[in-house]
Amino acid sequence: MSTGASTSDFFRSERMRRRRATNLLVELLAVAAALLAVAVLVIVVASVAKRGAGAINIDFFTKTPTLLTFGNPPPSGIANAIIGTAIIVGIAVLMALPIGILAAIYLNEFAPKRLANVLTLALDVLNGVPAIVIGIFVFVFLVVGHGQTAIKGGFALAILMLPLVARSTQEVLALVPDSLREASLALGAAKWRTTLSVVLPQTIGGIVTGATLATARIAGETAPLLFTTSLVGNDISTDPSKPLASLPLFIFNSAEQADPKLHEQAWGAALVLIAFVLVVSLLARVFALRSRRRLAGER
Amino acid sequence: MIYPSGLTVQDPTEPRSIDQKDEKAGLPAAIDPAQLRASPPATTLARETVFNVEGLTAYYDSAPAVRDVTFDIYRRMVTAVIGPSGCGKSTFIRCLNRMNDVIPSFRTEGRILYHDVDLQAKNVDPVAVRRRIGMVFQRPNPFPKSIYENVAYGLRILGLKDDLDGRVERALQRAALWDEAKDRLQESALSLSGGQQQRLCIARCVAIEPDVILMDEPASALDPIATTKIEDLMHELKRDYTIVVVTHNMQQAARVADMTAFFSITPGDEGHRSGELVEYDDTTTIFTQPKDKRTEDYVTGRFG
Amino acid sequence: MATATPSAGPAALQRRGRFRPGDAILYVVTLVAALSGVVLLGLIAREVLADAWPAMHKFGFHFLTTTAWDQNKKLFGAESFIFGTAVTSFGALLLATPISIAIALFLSELAPRGIRAVVTPLVEMLAAVPSVVLGLWGILVLGPFIVNTLAPALHGTLGFLPIFSTKPSVGSNVFAAILVLTIMIVPIISSICRELFLGVPTELKDGALALGATRWEMIRGVVFPYARAGIAAALILGLGRAVGEAIAVTQVIGNNVAIHWSLFESGDTLASRIASQYQGADTALQVHSLVYLAVILLVFSLVANVLAQIIVRRVAGRHSVR
Repeated sequence: MSTGASTSDFFRSERMRRRRATNLLVELLAVAAALLAVAVLVIVVASVAKRGAGAINIDFFTKTPTLLTFGNPPPSGIANAIIGTAIIVGIAVLMALPIGILAAIYLNEFAPKRLANVLTLALDVLNGVPAIVIGIFVFVFLVVGHGQTAIKGGFALAILMLPLVARSTQEVLALVPDSLREASLALGAAKWRTTLSVVLPQTIGGIVTGATLATARIAGETAPLLFTTSLVGNDISTDPSKPLASLPLFIFNSAEQADPKLHEQAWGAALVLIAFVLVVSLLARVFALRSRRRLAGER
Repeated sequence: MIYPSGLTVQDPTEPRSIDQKDEKAGLPAAIDPAQLRASPPATTLARETVFNVEGLTAYYDSAPAVRDVTFDIYRRMVTAVIGPSGCGKSTFIRCLNRMNDVIPSFRTEGRILYHDVDLQAKNVDPVAVRRRIGMVFQRPNPFPKSIYENVAYGLRILGLKDDLDGRVERALQRAALWDEAKDRLQESALSLSGGQQQRLCIARCVAIEPDVILMDEPASALDPIATTKIEDLMHELKRDYTIVVVTHNMQQAARVADMTAFFSITPGDEGHRSGELVEYDDTTTIFTQPKDKRTEDYVTGRFG
Repeated sequence: MATATPSAGPAALQRRGRFRPGDAILYVVTLVAALSGVVLLGLIAREVLADAWPAMHKFGFHFLTTTAWDQNKKLFGAESFIFGTAVTSFGALLLATPISIAIALFLSELAPRGIRAVVTPLVEMLAAVPSVVLGLWGILVLGPFIVNTLAPALHGTLGFLPIFSTKPSVGSNVFAAILVLTIMIVPIISSICRELFLGVPTELKDGALALGATRWEMIRGVVFPYARAGIAAALILGLGRAVGEAIAVTQVIGNNVAIHWSLFESGDTLASRIASQYQGADTALQVHSLVYLAVILLVFSLVANVLAQIIVRRVAGRHSVR
């Protein structure tokens, strides 16, 4: 450090200018990156909205796809796919939600620390198994030799959903202060009653949020359905013991066809799917914010 | 063996259950402090033992928190446990209702006899113990339910659903909270002030009619006016319950307690500091004629 | 009216049995549920391995070095798909890493609170777009854009590079797959990194700033070193996602069994090959070979995930406050 340098020299030095420029460059790049991400989102959503809007009409929601014949069949609807998705996702939620919540209760309330770490690790690793591998697993485990059904497709989705529900439930359980558990135990309540009457009611909001987000996630999954509930006809069915149509698979199949009218149907279905997923995710987050604010205000 | 089922020698005119007592004399809404603090010293009444603590040592992993505690706690008195921070007062009192069971690294040596039953025996159910020995904590911890539901919680667990409203009302009266709460029973308990919340916790505790009430620094999180109300409550409650209170406030012990146990910290072997019982006597004796020098130093403010 | 006062005799305080029935039931039920994760992992590994076994037995490790997928010749090999997976995933990671970290920095250090509140959920919404929709957009919007605009530009200017050396004829090529995968993994990596950066203790950051460091110097000197391990974990998780993505990739990559250096050629990855065969896997050997592909995918994802999770847990422990 040279003696005799004045402060104004310090600010005007070449080095300082370079450092400032680097800093500015980095900040600009960061802004650009964020803008890029937002732009891509906007482009994708806008594409879907623009190209899919044309397909949206009452028929779209009430009719079923027409079989491809010679000539141009009139564009029809995705009623069977919507109903099928509702049933398959419903089956998945019925399977994954109770098991996920119970697993979280064990991990947070009962498990010794080391066992909890191992089991939580297993759930996190399960979370990272690719959806296509899970689809193959259910195919090999249940479908080969027995045939496809919507229930098996729902089971595959449930495997995807389980770690999500378990983790989010575990997080809200951990937020419940120990002083509440102590208060209940000190009154002579047994552990099961403390867990069910005092701890669990505190977490309902968080559980609902987590389950809703997880449901939105799996509703858009295609890979687990490919090998479990894809051989479907065009009629509306609600029989879970047979394969059912689904929105993601409809989009997947239609996208590969050359017929532009089918493409429009695909865009329309994509619009429905994206609207459902985004709206549900948004609602879940707003609900989470509101319930967190309410809890904070009460304390 | 004498069990507190009504057959006691102490004061035959004092009825045991909440119901009979109310029929005898309506509870005054305001309690006159001057009147209560003039109650006769405990030594002149016949004393029945509730707890015999024998050589109790409590460990977290291998470090002892309190060592070799031996004394008796008597019925329908307020017994204060005082001492400097870290002398194991809270650890000790939590042994009395098996609350330390929830800590995995905790273990004890020695015995605690509760009406001649070894509280820590393997075949004793902690839930049953806590049913009879209740606890009020340092920070008020009402459930995030309504005021009514907080008090009713314990009653519902026990299946005491007959006259639920009546029991809730009486419990709130005993806790000197009824007048402030009676018009807002369905409101959230968290909307009460800190002092009111603590009285609600006391009401919740007495609703199930325990035998003993343990209080772990019940007023330390409260302002002076709320503290006074809690202390007045202790005078009132000791007519029916045995009360053990931990406090770091000596003056509070002098005000409320009949018996006082003074714990202090001793540097033990291997440099572990642990707590031990130094002196146990009538409150008056402890504060005016302590027998141990450490007691004298503490109560005269020379340390701690 | 019943009095509540309990008697205190030894019998009354005694346990009935070792556990209360309510506690025991809840314990067992929740334990079984919690074991489901481990059980499922074991089942998946076992079943997938068992069904791939005929192909593993027939081809052995040569499977990994054979480029072929011919049911007539009864010859199947994963080499071109492994290559495709490696190129697409690492390509996507290469593009996504700087973008994700930049976004994470923006949302944790640089943006004012209002913008943060708006942009953060928007980036997370990008992660919520279903992969099949992204694939649809990839075929019908991105593909033509690449063929008509982007590829000619890159080929024209950088065509001497092997990766841009051919002119694409169809929109379905490896390059499109890389772009789509990048879009998918950027939100994942950036949201993990954002939380990491937010978790750096303010005292550390203030220490650097107080010494006269610029924002960037503080980030480079304090934030990155502190979050180093977490960033690594985020990248591994993002890579795992890219490797496992089947649907969006199979829609845009062209499903070609071949190894090319040019990104503008069609190709295939492990995951996308499996997805593309769902309608017509005719022979048993073909099915077993498909499951063999799944085994390779599974092994990779298990290793990557366990590694990432171990790093995350060690970081959490070392810094003790998440």
